[in-house]
Amino acid sequence: METDLGYWIIPLAIIGGAIRVSTPFLFVSLGEALTERSGRINLGLEGTLVFGAMSGYALAYLTGSPWLGVLAAALCGALFGLVHGVICSLPKVNDIAVGIAMMILGMGLAFYFGKPFVQPVAPDLPAIGFGWWSEIPQVRAALEVNVLFLIGAALAVLLWWMLRATRVGLTLRVVGDSTDAARAMGLRPAVIRTCATAVGGAFAGVGGAYLSLYYPGSWNEGISSGQGLMAVALVIFARWNPLACFGAALLFGGAGALGPVLQSVGVSEGYYLFFAAPYVLTLGVLIATSSPTRAMTGAPGELSITK
Amino acid sequence: MLPIGALLAGFAVFSLFLLLQGKSPADFFALVFRAGFGTAFSWENTLSRAAPLLLAALCVALPARLGLVVIGGEGAIVLGGVGAGFAGVLLSGAPAGVALPVMLLAAMLIGALWIGAVGALRHYRGVNETIASLLLAYIAIALMNHLVEGPLRDPASLNKPSTAPLGEALRVGTIPGWDVHWGLAFGVVACVLAWILIDKTTWGFAARIAGGNVRAAQVQSLPVGKLILGFTALGGAFAGMAGFFEVAAVHGSANASLAGGYGYTGILIAFLARHNPLAIIPLAILLAGFEASSGLVQRRMDLPDATVLVLQGFVFMAILMSETLYGRFKVFAPERWRTG
Repeated sequence: METDLGYWIIPLAIIGGAIRVSTPFLFVSLGEALTERSGRINLGLEGTLVFGAMSGYALAYLTGSPWLGVLAAALCGALFGLVHGVICSLPKVNDIAVGIAMMILGMGLAFYFGKPFVQPVAPDLPAIGFGWWSEIPQVRAALEVNVLFLIGAALAVLLWWMLRATRVGLTLRVVGDSTDAARAMGLRPAVIRTCATAVGGAFAGVGGAYLSLYYPGSWNEGISSGQGLMAVALVIFARWNPLACFGAALLFGGAGALGPVLQSVGVSEGYYLFFAAPYVLTLGVLIATSSPTRAMTGAPGELSITK
Repeated sequence: MLPIGALLAGFAVFSLFLLLQGKSPADFFALVFRAGFGTAFSWENTLSRAAPLLLAALCVALPARLGLVVIGGEGAIVLGGVGAGFAGVLLSGAPAGVALPVMLLAAMLIGALWIGAVGALRHYRGVNETIASLLLAYIAIALMNHLVEGPLRDPASLNKPSTAPLGEALRVGTIPGWDVHWGLAFGVVACVLAWILIDKTTWGFAARIAGGNVRAAQVQSLPVGKLILGFTALGGAFAGMAGFFEVAAVHGSANASLAGGYGYTGILIAFLARHNPLAIIPLAILLAGFEASSGLVQRRMDLPDATVLVLQGFVFMAILMSETLYGRFKVFAPERWRTG
């Protein structure tokens, strides 16, 4: 059955696109939220994302199993996070600058080792169709949801609960809000921050694996254009709350889907400008939510970017 | 002393990396030396590449003296280049003595506004300058793609959309006696001027105070806001100048080649130089040598082109880790030199 949806196709495609595009944002921002809650910022997640995409794709191609690829990406991401965390634990080392260096190193290593994997085709991650109730093919396509998206949504709830109600979450928040208070309680802030950065890196690696193994679903050097970095800004917008990260990721995913959607319905005017929509949105959100005079609500006290 | 040690440590880690791949680091550095610094021709190639790096590094180093980490110089280079290319098209009939300065000023003005906006957002709205500048760089590249593929596109440029090529009169020539364009001289002069500004003037002194401790600067009623706006805009103007030379001396028109990563290498150079404009000069030349040799290394040693990026990453990590060593060595401690 062929139905003419007219311009309804645009919001529909944006919703579908939001679900597809938002998953890497979701994973990176959840990881970054965890790291920032412990009082550190890791700008290197952009590099981790790219390396995760490369390692996930490479392993999925070599073993034939996309899930092994996801696992490899998570391990590599954790390793990158660990390196960042350990180096930032040295006195007088600036976490923002180390993040920039990790971004360059991560991308360099990913391009270096990823060269042989540009051509081959790796198996994709499975998706579940939630559009079975509808006869319209566009609706079915839009509601084709990847398993990783569902895992990410579950993780958002889990992290929110963990930060709010568990011993681990409270420890993390204490370390993030006051190094002195944490020390007085006998906690070791550097170790806890390093662990939080490593876990955050693992999340970002999984986000990268989603990029190369599902959407867009191939490995090339331009696979991420600042998505890891936008996710860092998104965490500020979401006020370090994992549940808000989920909403913000969907919003950013929708903005990211705008360019391809308009192109598919034949709008070619200002094609490149629509591709800039997520960056403009991120910047606008940053401007709207920052303030020169007061600290942001919900900001971890030890975080260098908000002090 | 420490930065040199860190540079060598970065090289050492990279050598280890090459050894693990079964490649010889000795071959690598010998090739880099030959292709980057071995002959008069390779020196000219290296120095031509150093010109935009000098200016891009200043775009990081100047705001850094105020404690701001601005990493979006690439955006100012790209848009400065488009501005210069467009001004060149508009002024195609004008004499070079008028058109070239206008093109240069247009590029510098656009760069100054672009990075100055980062400073303004930081000062008036408290927006984190690192994230804002990088986002603006992505926006700048999208804007450039839009302009050179749309309104400013030369219909004759088929495979690689560009603005209309500059006339022969509007091309920047080479420094007499050398096959190196004038961008190098401008870059070196810019570094020296920036050093004088930071180290020898009251403004630079005020900026260093504000960079060390904002509260102290405010208590002394130093104009912190004006300093932030001025230093970010000046850094952006230098990056815009790099864009002008890329268009007027290297490519001949504005196109996607402008986003060649000079802005990102500039970040590394500025950090290696510890944001000292004079130290930027030798380091920019060194890094340019590595980039100049990239092609030869790829062909001779069968290494991917990302090898230079890996090397840059290792060196960057080493230099940041060396920060922790300051004050740890007795040689550098002032007590040692005190008498009595």
